[in-house]
Amino acid sequence: MSVKVGVRRPYIRPMQGWWRRDPFFIRYMLREATAFAVLAYSIVLAVGVARLAQGEAAWNAWLAALKTPGSILLHLVLLVSFAVHARSWFEIMPKTMPMMFVGGHRVEGSAITRTGWTATVVVTLAMFALTWWWKK
Amino acid sequence: MKRSNAPIFWLLFGGGGMLAALFGTVLVFITGLAAPLAWPFGPDLLSYPRVLAFAQNWIGKGFLFVIIMLFAWHAAHRIKVTLHDVGIHPGPVSKLVCYGGAMAITVVAAASLLSIGF
Amino acid sequence: MPESKRIEIQVLRYRPEQEDEPVWQSYYVPFTDDMSVLQGLQHIKDDIDGTLSFRWSCRMAICGSCGMMVNGTPKLSCQTFLRDLLPGPVRVEALAHFPIERDLVVSVEPFVKKLESVKPYIIPKKPRTLDQGEYLQTPEELELFEQYSSCINCMLCYAACPQFGLNPDFTGPGVLALAHRYNADSRDGGRDERMEILSTEEGVWSCTAVGYCSVVCPKHVDPANAVNQNKVNSAKDYFLRFLSPKGASK
Repeated sequence: MSVKVGVRRPYIRPMQGWWRRDPFFIRYMLREATAFAVLAYSIVLAVGVARLAQGEAAWNAWLAALKTPGSILLHLVLLVSFAVHARSWFEIMPKTMPMMFVGGHRVEGSAITRTGWTATVVVTLAMFALTWWWKK
Repeated sequence: MKRSNAPIFWLLFGGGGMLAALFGTVLVFITGLAAPLAWPFGPDLLSYPRVLAFAQNWIGKGFLFVIIMLFAWHAAHRIKVTLHDVGIHPGPVSKLVCYGGAMAITVVAAASLLSIGF
Repeated sequence: MPESKRIEIQVLRYRPEQEDEPVWQSYYVPFTDDMSVLQGLQHIKDDIDGTLSFRWSCRMAICGSCGMMVNGTPKLSCQTFLRDLLPGPVRVEALAHFPIERDLVVSVEPFVKKLESVKPYIIPKKPRTLDQGEYLQTPEELELFEQYSSCINCMLCYAACPQFGLNPDFTGPGVLALAHRYNADSRDGGRDERMEILSTEEGVWSCTAVGYCSVVCPKHVDPANAVNQNKVNSAKDYFLRFLSPKGASK
């Protein structure tokens, strides 16, 4: 049997469906997909301020639209998506930061994630308090 | 090799992502669930006089604008990148659709908030 | 004498002179509890099928030669044990995202060229003579770059990185981690030169912080951290270049 030596024909494997091949990648794509929720809410707020600018009647029509089951369902989906965004954001945040040292010890990534979560809880409580005060 | 202009869009992406992580969940809850369902802040939380006063105040106006704008630019950048992940590679069309869309939302928000006055 | 256990190892074969596309081939390998996947492959080559081609050298996870996909995950075959993959079959494939030359051997030259392009050596801040003695570094100065110096160029991170898979021009996690190793070293003054690579689309800006590179790295280099903290540096360089008298990097 003769074998042709020195034949190079590198084979390139396709990338289609790459993210389905590993649970890690599926979680990554879910994280990226939260961008659609951020976009949707940005549009909701933009439409809201546009309706506000059009006067009281337009604003009240907008409030009525927010009360529809479709809107409530959308906002429930957005709520979950934003929570997934927050969780994945603080998970990846340590990777974007340079090494930090406190008292001669390296600050662990998990400490940075916890700080992020704590800040979110503080902001959430502050927003509730502000809203309660604003309502008076 | 050419220096990339990505830093501009990445900073917008990062700022919007941080705001979304800190404020997004509670804002969605308050504006999209608590207010329409009248719990726990009652049925008049987003009444016209109240919201108008908020949007006319420069802090309220600024807050609304920054949230809308940065959320839009964050989403635009991430969606553009995700399109690349699923095989739609960055080109003039994807940039126009994504960043153009964010610009449109920014302009609508700015125009509306300005026309509401002070 | 106890009967030895056998495990099925399926290998993605590719011989360009005899086939157009890779094809799976099954082997039954007797094994003991201490055998690695590499030893399984060596048994195949020695006793079953001498045509099987694969790279290996130190067999102790320091040379970086034996990277391959084991059951879909990038692994060093010398560090992956058959006892952990029972009952099998074990599917072994060439490192993902690289062109296959033959069987488990991939094209490595582009990686080497990228590594050369980031000048992976100390570029002194100031010229220094021998009689000035050695550089002194505090433990903290050492810690700033030490983990990134552990890279063994095994390229598992490239097999993990979908952005490299989608765009082979991406400089990639390993090379960028090594660039950072030198940027972060207090003895080095080559940051601006390396920024010419880092600040391009193929530099740090192809990275989308998937983070899988750091998960698969056998030396805990954390390339995801090296690449992503340099996005901040690249952004600073982008905006502050107009302020610096010599204009920072071009």
